[in-house]
Amino acid sequence: MDKRSVFKSVWLPILFAAPQMLLVFLFFYWPAVAVLRWAFTLEPPFGGNAEFVGFANFVEVLTNPLYWNSVMVSVIFALAGTLTTIFIGLVLALAADRQLPGSGLFRFLYILPYAIAGPAAGMAFRFILSPERGIAASLNAMWPDFWNPAKYGSHALIFVIIIFAWKWAGYTFIFLFAGLQSVPKALTEAAAMDGSGPIRRAIDIQVPLLAPTLFFLLVIMMTEGFVGADTFGIVHRTTNGGPNHATEVMVFGIVNEAFQGLNYSGAAAQSIILIGLIMVFTFIQFRFVERRVHYK
Amino acid sequence: MAEIDIRAARKSYGKNPTLHGIDLNFQSGEFVVILGPSGCGKSTLLRMIAGLEDITSGEIAIDGRVVNRLEPRERGCAMVFQNYALYPHMTVAGNMGYALKVAGVPKPERERRIAETAKIVGLSDYLERKPAALSGGQRQRVAMARAIIREPKVFLFDEPLSNLDAKLRVTMRAEIRKLHQRLSATSVFVTHDQVEAMTLADKLVVMNKGHVEQVGHPLDVYHRPASTFVASFIGAPAMNLFESRVEVETASAYLGGAPVRLPSSLAASLRGKDVTIGIRPEHTIVATKGPGVAAEVDFIEELGAGRVVHMLVEGEPFAATIGEDLNVAPGDRVSLDLPLEHLHVFNRETGRRIDPSDLPADAPAQHCAPLLTTP
Repeated sequence: MDKRSVFKSVWLPILFAAPQMLLVFLFFYWPAVAVLRWAFTLEPPFGGNAEFVGFANFVEVLTNPLYWNSVMVSVIFALAGTLTTIFIGLVLALAADRQLPGSGLFRFLYILPYAIAGPAAGMAFRFILSPERGIAASLNAMWPDFWNPAKYGSHALIFVIIIFAWKWAGYTFIFLFAGLQSVPKALTEAAAMDGSGPIRRAIDIQVPLLAPTLFFLLVIMMTEGFVGADTFGIVHRTTNGGPNHATEVMVFGIVNEAFQGLNYSGAAAQSIILIGLIMVFTFIQFRFVERRVHYK
Repeated sequence: MAEIDIRAARKSYGKNPTLHGIDLNFQSGEFVVILGPSGCGKSTLLRMIAGLEDITSGEIAIDGRVVNRLEPRERGCAMVFQNYALYPHMTVAGNMGYALKVAGVPKPERERRIAETAKIVGLSDYLERKPAALSGGQRQRVAMARAIIREPKVFLFDEPLSNLDAKLRVTMRAEIRKLHQRLSATSVFVTHDQVEAMTLADKLVVMNKGHVEQVGHPLDVYHRPASTFVASFIGAPAMNLFESRVEVETASAYLGGAPVRLPSSLAASLRGKDVTIGIRPEHTIVATKGPGVAAEVDFIEELGAGRVVHMLVEGEPFAATIGEDLNVAPGDRVSLDLPLEHLHVFNRETGRRIDPSDLPADAPAQHCAPLLTTP
């Protein structure tokens, strides 16, 4: 039997919920409705009456080749960022789970980057991975243009993905480490008795049993990669979408369109498409990946 | 088939020693049971043999090869875990064949051996099931099959029956014994259940607090327990133990005001000494009247095949098994006869058994001479 206490008055619970509801309404529902309205109107940037234009905003966005470029960049960024992040988090979690001396300290260090804001990490990496300094400079001296994100789009994309992975690996690490702790130790011991080494055990026993956690992280990190605050922050602080739109992820495009181009309606239409894209991706994940996940 | 040699093996976790120098030798093909209360270090010892725990100092050798630095897979041992440790995401066949897969055995060969082993343990119809769809007994069989299929030199069992219900435990016990006769690999079986230990063992090792208390054939251990710990741990109900002093004049111990005669081979040399005396409940003779140790019946346990009468002697509990012909009720006063041939005598300080052969041949003379003059 579950215990529950019931409020006698109607007003008291509403009063308790009001501050949160106010925030949700102000910063979630209102903007969402506004975006929906703007997407179908032509919103003058300096006020005045909006004009209903139907799907004109969408047609404009979808016929723009630069927009399709940014969709492509976003998909690559989210996919590569997610997979790298989960892979690094998994390797770190497997290592920390072995409980070797010092693993407590490393556990702390692995989580730490998550506490750093994406733009700040971006700033730091502008120096760390700058082609004129440090290790990159030495490599460039040996092989000219080995690493130059200011010149090559592919390098720039790798650059922002590295920063994203650096920051978010700590987040996936927490979940995967917690997941590994719940895999009974006897299972890995049994596998060891069966003659399986640490890497083989990880692949055959631990990773399959982590499947629910991995699936959760896949959904969360894909969403984060598409619309996360860090995705915009990192791109904004490092490459600014360049060179030649090579790192112009969709969120960056939206902010640019709205606040540089002052085209609120176009940005709103892009937002709606982005939301739709995330829904499609999440649907695909649940439809085709989740059925292969064993929940105990 | 392999001999296991454990030489001065110690284990400490940080500063806390859990095993204090274990010396044991298990013959090839022997069924060894390590028995002890929880926390005595028996599982730790087993895991040290398996390679799942480091050996802090000392040596463990399997088949003459020191295995201290070897990985579990290099030791040729298979282990059955207490909670089976089946891989939940693999089928029964997958669980059984995993070791072979890791070892790179080709698939047709693997399938043949899985089918063969499944037949031995009676799992042929369940090969495609996941462990979650099996009963406790079937999971236990999978765990055993997984160990058998590798044809290991040594089987290690870590309390494998403790999660089963009472009836299944008896069946599985018999199956393990039969399996051992068939495979004749050296088996080491850890348990806290004395019935399992008595029924399975060729060699019984009793452990307590990180020490080996006694090693021997189960019947030897039962009939000649080496210490008060072993005496009280093996046998149900437990052996009655009472502390007493052997009187100088009569060479008898006293319990409840009545003399208890000791075997003559021991009595003389123990005059004036503090001892602990033990007798098993089934050897204690209860009479409603007559001379003997005075006792009061506390309560009676009916076992069907017999009864255990729990009594109080000088306020201390004392148990005896009696037949159905004797009519006693709680509160009755009874008298106990403790036949001297069934008495066990222990040194009260060390708790070790005192046997006639342990005593120096000239001991009686030495002790008697001054003692006799004192009164």
